[in-house]
Amino acid sequence: MAAPTYHDTKDLIACTECDALYHVVDPNPGELGVCARCHHVMIRPRRFAGMRIIMMAVTMLILMVGAIYFPFLRVEVQGLAHSASIMDAVFAFADVRLSVLSVLTAAFILLIPALRMGLLLYVLVPIVFDRPALAGARRAFRWSEVLKPWSMAEIFAIGCAVALVKVGDLARVEMGPAFWMFIGLVIVVVVQETFICSWSIWKSLDSQSA
Amino acid sequence: MQLVDMEIPGQSERVITVREAGLVACRRCSSVWPGEATECARCGARLVSRDRKSLQRVWAWWLAGIMCYLPANLYPMLETRTLLFTSDATIVGGAIELIHHGSVGIAVVILVASVLIPIGKFLSIALLAISVDRPGLLPKHQRHGLFEIVEYVGRWSMIDVFVVAILASLVQLSVVASIKPGPASLTFALSVIFTMFSAQSIDPRLIWDEDRATNGDPE
Ligand SMILES: [Zn+2]
Ligand SMILES: [Zn+2]
Repeated sequence: MAAPTYHDTKDLIACTECDALYHVVDPNPGELGVCARCHHVMIRPRRFAGMRIIMMAVTMLILMVGAIYFPFLRVEVQGLAHSASIMDAVFAFADVRLSVLSVLTAAFILLIPALRMGLLLYVLVPIVFDRPALAGARRAFRWSEVLKPWSMAEIFAIGCAVALVKVGDLARVEMGPAFWMFIGLVIVVVVQETFICSWSIWKSLDSQSA
Repeated sequence: MQLVDMEIPGQSERVITVREAGLVACRRCSSVWPGEATECARCGARLVSRDRKSLQRVWAWWLAGIMCYLPANLYPMLETRTLLFTSDATIVGGAIELIHHGSVGIAVVILVASVLIPIGKFLSIALLAISVDRPGLLPKHQRHGLFEIVEYVGRWSMIDVFVVAILASLVQLSVVASIKPGPASLTFALSVIFTMFSAQSIDPRLIWDEDRATNGDPE
């Protein structure tokens, strides 16, 4: 077979892991486009994904405001009590030498997750409501993808579980409303991730500007 | 070329790579462009068919990560003050203390996230980077498994830093008990961040190319 020439590369997709080349057949919602060579999932369209991602992003942002505002955890031992908010946890590294870590913690568990939701809303709201894409929507989506590994709300949630067990031996711990809001936020983020098919979003952005 | 046949991905026909087709792929958005293109017209990312220079970045971040990981294990992660005692616990020391208190499960979580994953990650990245030039070093399947682990598991090492943040903010009971973060918390966090950059710098396509060259890619 002679090497084919490609006039139009629009219908082609590359596996970003192993460089395998595929021709895309329009996938149906719920199907998976898996790389035959390395099993990397390239396409995973879901029904009404755009609308669902938008609703989950809004929910997540509301929960985040609540999680910052309300008391997070409270300990009590021998009549002494102390309660901490999420911001207290962020500023636990107030020591001058460690203050960089406060900035990083704030970024990883609050700023970056919230920024990603904002970027997704900026990209998806016009698409879902059939409006022309906003200026810089492509750059916004690219950044949302770049930031993905740095959004660590779910890791902080596991950290909470570990910390609770550690303190539980010494003192009585009460979970405040912010704690449950944060857990809800993490569940929303994790579920939302299963609806984000970047191939579908790029395709929508392509068809909008065409 | 093969179709992305949604339900049954790939018959046994040999998969062609973007490079073999004379094209270049965007690693950010998976779009495909003519071989001479240098910038992705869709997302604006730089296009490189195979990023050999990436290995230098991998090693630079790797070294920075190791240099932060060593002090992270020597200095205390937590400084605990109670009525009876003051103690500085390193990562491993804290886990051993937990085992003495009977919280074996939590000790295992901490040891896996703070010792096993980071060390495994340093070794894996080094092996992967070396094996780009020496493909015989590791069996094929292990290399791809390693890459996936390195790419997705590394960020979970951050657990211990967050545990310190929560404990230090929560346990502030005047003289009875108070916990302060130790200097290791910063170097440990930096080590996790640097190794994440190191892992992200790896161009996995280099690894797959070598397999094709050596094993004839039976898939
Ligand atoms: Zn692949
Ligand atoms: Zn691109």
